Amino acid sequence: MNVSIAINQVSKSFGKKVVLNQIDFTIEEGKIYGFIGPSGAGKTTLVKMIVGMNTPDTGTIHVLNEKMPNLGLLQEIGYMAQSDALYTELTGKENLKFFASLYKLNKTEMKERITYTANLVNLTNELNKRVSAYSGGMKRRLSLAIALIQNPKILILDEPTVGIDPELRLSIWKELLRLKNEEGKTIIVTTHVMDEAERCDFVAMVRDGVILTRGTPKELKAQYQVDNLEEVFLKAGRKDS
Amino acid sequence: MRTVALIKRICQEMLRDKRTLALLFIAPLIILTLMYFLFNGNTVDPKLGVVNVENNLEKILVEANIDLKHYEQADKETIVEKDLDGLLEVKDEKLVLTLENSDPSIAKVLQMKVNQSVSLQAQSKILNPNAAPVVIQKKEIDTQYVYGNSETAFFDVLSPVLVGFFVFFFVFLISGIGLLKERTTGTLERLMSTPIRRGEIVTAYLVGFGIFAVIQTVIIVIYSINVLDMVMVGSVWNVILINLLLALVALSLGTLLSTFAASEFQMVQFIPIAVIPQVFFAGIFPLEGLASWLQSIGKIMPIYYAADALKGVMYKGLGLKDISGDLFALVVFATVFIILNILALKKYRKL
Repeated sequence: MNVSIAINQVSKSFGKKVVLNQIDFTIEEGKIYGFIGPSGAGKTTLVKMIVGMNTPDTGTIHVLNEKMPNLGLLQEIGYMAQSDALYTELTGKENLKFFASLYKLNKTEMKERITYTANLVNLTNELNKRVSAYSGGMKRRLSLAIALIQNPKILILDEPTVGIDPELRLSIWKELLRLKNEEGKTIIVTTHVMDEAERCDFVAMVRDGVILTRGTPKELKAQYQVDNLEEVFLKAGRKDS
Repeated sequence: MRTVALIKRICQEMLRDKRTLALLFIAPLIILTLMYFLFNGNTVDPKLGVVNVENNLEKILVEANIDLKHYEQADKETIVEKDLDGLLEVKDEKLVLTLENSDPSIAKVLQMKVNQSVSLQAQSKILNPNAAPVVIQKKEIDTQYVYGNSETAFFDVLSPVLVGFFVFFFVFLISGIGLLKERTTGTLERLMSTPIRRGEIVTAYLVGFGIFAVIQTVIIVIYSINVLDMVMVGSVWNVILINLLLALVALSLGTLLSTFAASEFQMVQFIPIAVIPQVFFAGIFPLEGLASWLQSIGKIMPIYYAADALKGVMYKGLGLKDISGDLFALVVFATVFIILNILALKKYRKL
């Protein structure tokens, strides 16, 4: 298996507060990884460092064998932030077009990707409406489409299903699984919803800047002798403290 | 390519926002027009009460455009009751002038006119002591002006400064809030996760808002010169050049200060700190009398240089060479702010 992302001894503090402490983690190509943990655990800081928007205080992060931060590599990383960062004055299509033109795509590719991603998130009929008229779920879907616009090898989604109804959540997850299986994409998802963690190939439980435990959902449940990940999380946390 | 995409997006957003456009293009014209009427209002002839004043002095006073009212007897109360601006009476062979002085500028004008008239009368007495019907030899004083002419109103001197100020103010506000919106909605952070360079973002912002600043500048300049009939001795192109440089400074300062604002409200709070003091040093108020340390404060303010150059071109007719020092100062301001802008974006991505 090819290593997609290698996180090596990464620490980060903001002021006196240690947000991440000595994180080691390897992410293989073509799998879905879940960072699970409560708000403020350091998940977002970690994924931002993978994207290169933050730099670690100590340690290194390599993406596709290149050290981050690296501008050229951003072509290969699709990022969906926690909040919907959209231009509400513009239509959905204009948003997609704008972000598409920030990447190296030629005109035909751009058109194809816009049609494809819009169709993927079920927004084709809504594309010519202004984003200010979109519902919360539609905005979330548009954000996902934008993260996919340049056809990146790696997809980093920061709490992609927050505020999304169950039906849509299901369809997003179906899509993520399809992207992994058919297109071989590496996907990193942060979440604090445990049933989403079950769908990941590999789970890392993060709390207070450290990884409490890691493994496939099955392994973890076996290791802690419980039936669900929620209990794993509670047990792992207890053992640690 | 990425810069072009960003510029295009900024323009699209601006064009959708009709109110901001109106603020940018129409508000300065309305304010300029208002100020034009305020400063160019016709002066009312001062009303002067007279008691026991010689006839020939009265004649001279009337000729000096003073509205005379005759009274047998009058005192301070008469002035207030009859709404006079002043009272001139002969008491013990001496002329006494009482001024109402609720508006010092009117009082001063009246005092000056009375003084002039009295000395004129004295002159004619010496020249022509016996003549019964006094022929006032009106000695035309040939007045010449270095700048402007006898028609010059305060507004003409003020207007170049105002043109510069409005360009600065509106561009500062709109570009600052534009980038701030991008920060608060998270789109700036989102942009930073794409391969775009920090320099490209700053360039795009300068060009994108710059386009609107150019249009605004041209509209203001053309309107001021053609409709408001501002004094315009020098070249229009120089005026536009100065304003464009000033707009660039405003743009870069606005986007820079938006780094330190967490909301639109906080951005507006920068106006009394960053914009209003500049007005004081822009040449609307005379600076010569100020303490030298105060004068040097003016020299760190962009509008000071722009106003100096604008006055030079519009009012004195200076050429490009004469204002090159001011233009250079503006370029330095813009460069410094632009570099700081690029550095400030490091907050979002180190690379």
